[in-house]
Amino acid sequence: MQEQLKAIQQEALSKVEEVNDLKELQAIKVAYLGKKGSLTQVLRGMGKLSPEERPVVGEIANQVREAITTAIEEKNTILENAALEKQLQAESIDVTLPGRPVKVGGPHLLTKVIEEIEDLFIGMGYEVREGPEVETDYYNFEALNLPKDHPARDMQDSFYITNELLLRTHTSPVQARTMKEYNGEKGFKMICPGKVYRRDTDDATHSHQFTQIEGLYVDKDVKMSDLKGVLNVFAKRMFGEDRKIRLRPSFFPFTEPSVEMDISCKVCDGHGCNVCKGTGWIEILGAGMVHPNVLEMGGYDPNVYSGFAFGMGPERIAMLKYGVNDIRQFYLNDSRFLKQFHQA
Amino acid sequence: MLVSLNWLKEYVDIDGISPEELAEKVTKSGIEVDSVEYIAENSSNVVIGYIESCEKHPNADKLNLCQVNVGEETLQIICGAPNVRQGQKVAVAKPGAVLPGNFKIKKAKLRGVESFGMICSLQELGFDEKHIAKEYAEGIFVFPEDAPVGESVEPLLNSTDAVLEFDLTPNRADCLSMLGVAYEVGALLDKPVNLPSEKVNATTEKAADYISVKVDDEKLNPYYGAFVIKDVEIKASPLWMQNYLLAAGIRPINNVVDITNYVLLEYGQPLHAFDYDRLNSKEIVVRKATEGEKIITLDDVERTLTSENLVITNGKEPVALAGVMGGANSEVTSETTNILLEAAYFDSISIRKTVKATGLRSEASTRYEKGIDPNRVRQAGLRACHLLEKYAGGKVLEGVVEFDKLDRSEQTVAIDTKTINHRLGTTITSDEIAKILERLQFNYERNDEQFTVYAPTRRGDIAIFEDMLEEVARIYGYDNLPFTLPTGTTTVGGLTKKQQLRRSIKNYLEGVGLLETRTYSLTSETYVRKLVSPEIKELNPTPISLAMPMSEEHKYLRLSILPELLKTVSYNLARNQANLAYYEIGSIFVTDEQEVTKQPDEQLRVSGVLTGKWLENLWQQENKKVDFYVVKGIVEGLFNHLELPLRVKQVQIPDMHPGRTASLLLGDKLVGFIGQLHPALEKELDLKETYVFDINVEAILETHHHEPSYMQIPRYPSVTRDIAFILDDRVAAGDVKETIEEVGAPLVKSVQVFDVYKGDHLEEGKKSIAYSLLYQDPEKTLVDEEVENSYQAIIAAVSEKHGAYVRS
Repeated sequence: MQEQLKAIQQEALSKVEEVNDLKELQAIKVAYLGKKGSLTQVLRGMGKLSPEERPVVGEIANQVREAITTAIEEKNTILENAALEKQLQAESIDVTLPGRPVKVGGPHLLTKVIEEIEDLFIGMGYEVREGPEVETDYYNFEALNLPKDHPARDMQDSFYITNELLLRTHTSPVQARTMKEYNGEKGFKMICPGKVYRRDTDDATHSHQFTQIEGLYVDKDVKMSDLKGVLNVFAKRMFGEDRKIRLRPSFFPFTEPSVEMDISCKVCDGHGCNVCKGTGWIEILGAGMVHPNVLEMGGYDPNVYSGFAFGMGPERIAMLKYGVNDIRQFYLNDSRFLKQFHQA
Repeated sequence: MLVSLNWLKEYVDIDGISPEELAEKVTKSGIEVDSVEYIAENSSNVVIGYIESCEKHPNADKLNLCQVNVGEETLQIICGAPNVRQGQKVAVAKPGAVLPGNFKIKKAKLRGVESFGMICSLQELGFDEKHIAKEYAEGIFVFPEDAPVGESVEPLLNSTDAVLEFDLTPNRADCLSMLGVAYEVGALLDKPVNLPSEKVNATTEKAADYISVKVDDEKLNPYYGAFVIKDVEIKASPLWMQNYLLAAGIRPINNVVDITNYVLLEYGQPLHAFDYDRLNSKEIVVRKATEGEKIITLDDVERTLTSENLVITNGKEPVALAGVMGGANSEVTSETTNILLEAAYFDSISIRKTVKATGLRSEASTRYEKGIDPNRVRQAGLRACHLLEKYAGGKVLEGVVEFDKLDRSEQTVAIDTKTINHRLGTTITSDEIAKILERLQFNYERNDEQFTVYAPTRRGDIAIFEDMLEEVARIYGYDNLPFTLPTGTTTVGGLTKKQQLRRSIKNYLEGVGLLETRTYSLTSETYVRKLVSPEIKELNPTPISLAMPMSEEHKYLRLSILPELLKTVSYNLARNQANLAYYEIGSIFVTDEQEVTKQPDEQLRVSGVLTGKWLENLWQQENKKVDFYVVKGIVEGLFNHLELPLRVKQVQIPDMHPGRTASLLLGDKLVGFIGQLHPALEKELDLKETYVFDINVEAILETHHHEPSYMQIPRYPSVTRDIAFILDDRVAAGDVKETIEEVGAPLVKSVQVFDVYKGDHLEEGKKSIAYSLLYQDPEKTLVDEEVENSYQAIIAAVSEKHGAYVRS
C-alpha cells in the first residue's frame, strides 16, 4: 500500500508539473483528491490494515495528500498569474490617443483683471461697492466738485438721456454715494469697479464703453504719504515686486492735491524704449487727496476727516500687462481672443 | 501749448539744462510735456550769402548761375530754385558743409559748369513744413536786407530751437502764456523772471478824442480797454517774431496781426486789432446780440446770433464776436493805417456758450474760456503798443479809453507748517516753505509757522488751503514724500452677498464650459425690443434712448443682453468660429415711465448663447451638437448648484422657436427663459441653430439662502421601483413627474426619467415614458406593502390626471 501511495504521489506530481491549463489542473485535483479520486480510493482500503500499520500508512497518506495539494496550489497560482498577465496584455491601450474632451470655459480678461484688483484691496480691508450706470448729473458731476459750466466737464463728453440723467462717465459717483451712506460718521475703505461711458468714437485706443475701478479711503488723519504707500503696494503686487512707482502732480476736480502714478517700464526696466516712449515710465492711474468740497458734500467735515481716492482703467492695465494692442478686442468677443485667458 | 525754448530764454535763464532735462522736470512737477521737438536737424557751415549776379545757365533752362558773396570770398553756385534773384540774401551751404541726413556739400560740375556749394531751401536745412512760412514753401529762403553776410544762418533762422509741447490740465491756464511758463520754469529752477518792456512814447494826441467805450453788462465784460495807434505801416513782422510764432504753431500774416498774436502768446491775453477807419464810428458799444442778428466773421462765414452771444459793436452793428473772432467789416488789411486795439476781459462762461453755439474755437476763446489774468489785460495792450511803435512805425495816442469794473485783488490763503506736514506725512520746515513761496514768486506774510499767502492773479487756480498744499508738495517734490500705510480705523473688506453670488454663478458657468463675454450696453432700435424676457415684457418697459446718440447702432439701453450677444456670435461665425458657448452677466435698464425722469431699475441678469458642437470626440465617434437639453442641463445645473428648485414650463415668446422654448420659474415667479431662436431670426442674423438662456439674477438673490444645513445620511436601505406609462404625445413628462412626486411624498425621494419611446408597437400619437422611483424612509426599513400601496396610488393618479396607462 505504501508503494501504491508513493506511485500515486509521483504520478500526480508529474501530471501537475505538465499541466498548463487551469481547467485541467482542476480536473487533476478531482482525479486524485476528489471523493472518487485515486488517493481517496486507496485510503478506503486502510480498514484492511493492521492496527500497527495504520498510523504509519496514515501518516504517509497525509504526506502524499499534502504534497499533491501543495503542488496543485502552487501550480494554480502560477497559472492564474499567467492568465492575468495574458489578460492585462490583451487589455493594453494606446495612451497617446486623445482623452475625452472636457469643455473648459473662462472669465473675460477684464473680469480677471478686475477680480485680481478686487481681491488685492479686499485683503487691505476694502469693501467692494457698486453704483448705477445711469446716474444723475448731481452724483456724476456736482457732488464731485464739477458744477454745471465747469471747464473740466469738457474732459469727458457724456451720453445724456435727459438734462438730469446720463450714463456715468466715471465710477467716481460711487464715492459720493458711499460717503452719503456713511453719513459722515465713520472712516471707511472701498473700491468700486464698473462700466462707464463716454462720447468717444471707437478705435484702437478709445471705446465708448469701458471699465474703471475707483478706490476711496476716508478717515481721520489720512495723509498723502499713505496714498503713496498704498499705491506702491498695489503696483508691486499687480505688476511685480521690482517695479518702482513715481507720482506726478496732476489735476482732477474732485481731488486736491491730485497725482498721476507711473510705474517703471517693465520692458526696458526704466531705461527708455518704444513702449514707454523713451521716458522709462508708464502712466497707470490718477489719484489724489479728496477735495474738501467733495468731503463736505458727502457729509464729512473736512476739518476732521481727510481721505484719498484713486481711479484706474482695467482695459489699460490689461493692455499693459498682457500686451493687448487694441481696446476693441475687449468688446468684439472673438472666441480666439477669449480663449487666450482661460488659465486661473 | 507749444513752448519755444529760445523764446522762453527772453524771460528766464535756462542755460545749462537740455530740452529733455527741462521736459522731465516740468513733467514731474505737474505739467506733462508730450514731446520735445527741434525746429531743424543740425547742419554746419551754412552762412548768409549775397547774390551779386544771377544769370541763366548756358546749358540748362531751369538752372541759374549765381555769383554769391559769402563774406571773405565770392562763390559761383548753380541754383535751380524758381525764386532765386540777383540782390537776395540767402542761405549758402559752402563746400564742406554737412546738411541733415549727413548730406555733404562738395564742389561739383553741373552741365559742364562748376558749382561751389548750394543755395538752400528751409526743407534742405531740415525744417518741418509747419515751421516754414507760406511764401518760402516752394523754393529758397530769402533773408531780410539787413542780414549779416558771411555769418551763420542759425540765429536768424532760429534753427537750433527746441519746442516743448505742454499738455495742460484745465487748472493751469496760467501756462497758456510764455510769461506763465516762465514763472513755472523759474520756480522749478529757482531763477527770477524778466518781464518784457511795455514802454510807449505816447503822442500828445489823446485816444479819448477818437473813441469812447460803453459796456452794457459789467458782469460779462468787466474790462474793455481801447488803444488807438495811428500811421502804422503794414509789412512783414521781424524774422525773429515770425520764427517764434511758427514755433508756437501760428502762421505769420503781417506785423499788426503778428504782434497781437505774439502778445496773446506772451501774456496769455487775447487782443484784437480793428481798422479804425473801417469802424465808421467813434464809439465802441459792448452788448448782447439781438436774436437773429448777423455778423460775417474773419473766416468769411455769416453767423446768426442769439442773445447768449456778446458782441462788440460800433454803436450800430456788430464788428466782432466778443472774445471769439473779429468781424470781416473791420478787419486790418494791407491798406490799414490807423488801428483800434482792443484788450478786454470777458466772462469765461459766456465765451464758452458762444464757442459751443458757433463751434468756433480760437486761440483767443480758449484763453477766455479757461480764465485770464485780470492784472495783465491792460499791460498786454501796452506791450502791443510798444511793439507796434517799434515794428509797425505806429504812433500811440495818449491814454487808454477804458470801461473798468475789474476785480484785480489777490486771493489770500492761510497755511501753516504743522497742518501741511500733517496732511502730507512730511517734516518740511517753515524756512523750506518760505523758500518754496519765494521760488513760486508768491507774496506772503510769515509769523513763525503761520503764513498768509497772496496768490497772484495769474494763478486763478489757487483759492483754498489744499491748493497751496499742492503747490508746496509739488515744488518740494512728490518723490520726496515718504511711503506710509494707513493707521486709522480698522475696516473689514469683502464682497457683498450679491457680489459673492455673481462670482459663484460665473465660476459654475465657466466650470461647465462657457466663456464670459462683455458686450455693449447700448443697442439699436431694431434690436432693443427683441428677446426681452416675459417677466420684463409684462412690465411694458419703454426703451431708454440717448438724447444725442453717436450712431444708430448704439442708441438704446439694453432690455436684454441677448441681442448684442447674438451679434458677437455672427461676428465669430463669419470668422469660422462655429462652436460657441458664451455667457454674459450684466445689467439691463428697465423703466415704466413713458418719458424718463428717474433712474431706471438696473437689473442684473445672466444670459448665454450656445451654437455648433457641444462635444466633439472624433476618434470615439462622439459628436454632440448643442440642443435644447444641453442648455437646459446647464441651467438646471446652475439652479442645483445654488440649491434652488427650478420649474420649467413650455411657453411661446416672439423671436423664439414656438415648440422649443420654456419659461423658468422659482415657485410661481418667472425668472427667465431658455430655448432655441426662431429660425427666422437665425436667418436674419446669419446664425445656425442657436440656443439661448436668460435669467434674472436679482430673483435668485431674493430666494437664495446661502448656508446649507446638514441632513442625516439615511441608515435604512432604499427600494427602487421602475414604471413605464403610455401617454398622449402632448402630455409633458415634467407634469407627470410632478404628479408622481405629489402622490409619492414623503416616501418617494427621487423620480428620474430613464426612457422615452415613440414608434413601433405604440399607437400613433402615443409615447411611453419610463420613470425610476426611489423609495426611502429615514426612520425604519421599508415594508413591501408600503411601497406597493404607494406605487398603486401613483399609477391611479397618473392614469386619472394624465390619461395614462401602464405599459406591461
